[in-house]
Amino acid sequence: MISRRDFLQTSMAASAILGASGFGKWGRLAAQQAVTQDQLLQFEAFGNVSLIHITDIHAQLKPIYFREPSINIGVGPNKGAVPHITGAEFRRMYGIEDGSYAHYALSSGDFEALARGYGRVGGLDRVATVINQIRSERPDALLLDGGDTWHGSYTCYQTQGQDMVDVMNALKPDAMTFHWEFTLGSERVNEIVEGLPFAALGQNIFDAEWDEPAELFPPYKFFERGSAKIAVIGQAFPYMPIANPGWMFPEYAFGIRDEHMQEIVDKVRGQGADLVVVLSHNGFDVDKKMASIVSGIDVILSGHTHDALPEPVLVGETIIVASGSNGKFVSRVDLDVRNGRMMGFRHKLIPILSDVIAPDPEVSAVIDGVRAPFEEALGEVIGKTDSLLYRRGNFNGTWDDLICDALISEREADIALSPGVRWGPSILPGQDITREDIWNVTSMTYGQAYRTEMTGEFLHVVLEDVADNLFNPDPYYQQGGDMVRTGGLGYRIDITQPQGSRITDMTLLRSGESIDPAKTYQIAGWASVNEGTEGPQIWDVVENHIRKQGTVSVPQNDSVTVVGA
Amino acid sequence: MELTRRNAIVMGAAAILAASLPVRGNAAAGDLIAAFTGGAEVGTGDIRLIAPEIAENGNTVPIEVSSDTAVEIMVLAMGNPTPNVATFKFGKLAASRAASTRIRLAGTQDVVAIAKLEDGSFVQTASTVKVTIGGCGG
Repeated sequence: MISRRDFLQTSMAASAILGASGFGKWGRLAAQQAVTQDQLLQFEAFGNVSLIHITDIHAQLKPIYFREPSINIGVGPNKGAVPHITGAEFRRMYGIEDGSYAHYALSSGDFEALARGYGRVGGLDRVATVINQIRSERPDALLLDGGDTWHGSYTCYQTQGQDMVDVMNALKPDAMTFHWEFTLGSERVNEIVEGLPFAALGQNIFDAEWDEPAELFPPYKFFERGSAKIAVIGQAFPYMPIANPGWMFPEYAFGIRDEHMQEIVDKVRGQGADLVVVLSHNGFDVDKKMASIVSGIDVILSGHTHDALPEPVLVGETIIVASGSNGKFVSRVDLDVRNGRMMGFRHKLIPILSDVIAPDPEVSAVIDGVRAPFEEALGEVIGKTDSLLYRRGNFNGTWDDLICDALISEREADIALSPGVRWGPSILPGQDITREDIWNVTSMTYGQAYRTEMTGEFLHVVLEDVADNLFNPDPYYQQGGDMVRTGGLGYRIDITQPQGSRITDMTLLRSGESIDPAKTYQIAGWASVNEGTEGPQIWDVVENHIRKQGTVSVPQNDSVTVVGA
Repeated sequence: MELTRRNAIVMGAAAILAASLPVRGNAAAGDLIAAFTGGAEVGTGDIRLIAPEIAENGNTVPIEVSSDTAVEIMVLAMGNPTPNVATFKFGKLAASRAASTRIRLAGTQDVVAIAKLEDGSFVQTASTVKVTIGGCGG
């Protein structure tokens, strides 16, 4: 029986791993109870090994607001399975009381009211406090960073990731893996990785020319902890040169490579590993499939798709832990490892409520130090919002609607396209919009806002292609991310159809006319993966647009009709 | 603009996101299989094919085939105008019956490997390789 004290904390024994399909419910929370740091961090140490997982920070050093998605559709075998359950249904599933801080941190619904009540989330100085607390109980706990760390803010862009490297080094991770880091360009990535005081892992990072494992990124590292021999295997984002500009890191090839993963698991088991942990940037559904194919993995620490789950998901004998994004959560996984196997675990997803968890002064000082040269530029108020600005969701978010409006008006286009990325904090109604806020949702090394012509037919091909990256029923053919956001264009999508038949009823919203396959339209967009893309930087386009508006309002957008969900 | 399969992919370059058109199976492939097997039934078994799920570059897709008991392995790109990729032959003294190469794919399609085993039977396996220009990562 899980007591109230154990809420947000789950555990089970190895015998149950073999037989049970569920993990029980959390203890119920009293609505709007006062939350204390002790409560958030309460954890009865278990077994002999502790793992600390943080992932997809996207360079968010400071506390932010971050609204979780209300639409996250699962397809194929993942239809109706976590993480494809949102809002009230998600809360019922896990026994989360409406209005509780767990509601606020983990699910959508009443976001604005709860945000005003519970305050901002994240901040790496708060994360440091949590890590220190765990280390005070388990000095040899492993801290593992799932990647997407050196990307996503003004200071990260200006320092080419150095701000994040400095702050993360202060947290003393034991290993990390990668995705957006590579968009710094391979020269810069190599330079940073060569100097990292911890392991940079990726069993699927290969030399593109020879199709052999890349020397700079070992597949795994052994750690001796709690008298157990632990192998941590890295799995970088498989589709980096496809979803991001491959020309920025032409020396490297990726892919899922589950055959190679099996070889590595067998190898480390052969070398006496008592516990095999995969630090993954596959995305949740890909990790589930990989766990069903590759045998011998005990724990997958899952990143990329930004899901925050209060309990691990069990696939065979592998537990999969999803730890959210943007510095909003830290997962602690305690394990009982004996006789060469995992006998049981206890897990807790710790929400980083920044008003509840005290900042660690040493890490605060490092953060202040890396931001100091940029404070003036960061803090400049560009405008204000009347509406909640957020991004997460399969189809559109208000931040993207605003970015698309900016593209259409500043670039004089018929239609705007904005990438369906999952990073980018939220802004509450009534808040000022600073330059930092704009960069938080646009910063990247290929942010040029292009303008081009496309026929209606080609536009359809583009939408179909992106939709298949998201809704292909086989997770191995999904790239993570959400549907490309559209401005000035409405459409109907039937997600149950195959590629080529999902998108219909494309409409030019300005005139209400159907999109003509033969006609040419002016398209503005950003984040092209192609070399030589020209145009102003997207953050300048958005800044100009907001400055002209003064106060922005983003009306409800129902231009996409979704069927088959 | 005239939209052909080739300039759809090139256009992806000019544009941004993505372009992939699944290509249909080629009738010539059926003839090649019939010629290889002599019309014998093709089962499943001792043949492995490793190919990426999504190609990083459709012009050069790394693939690997292997088998413990094959004397010949034929590889076909079912959607290419010329589906014939390669036929590898292994003698009795071959230390390992495996081969890897890079192939060019005209678009999303199945890559098929058919092996003739020592006992004269035929087995096959297939893998869908998606050719796309882009997407947007999380």
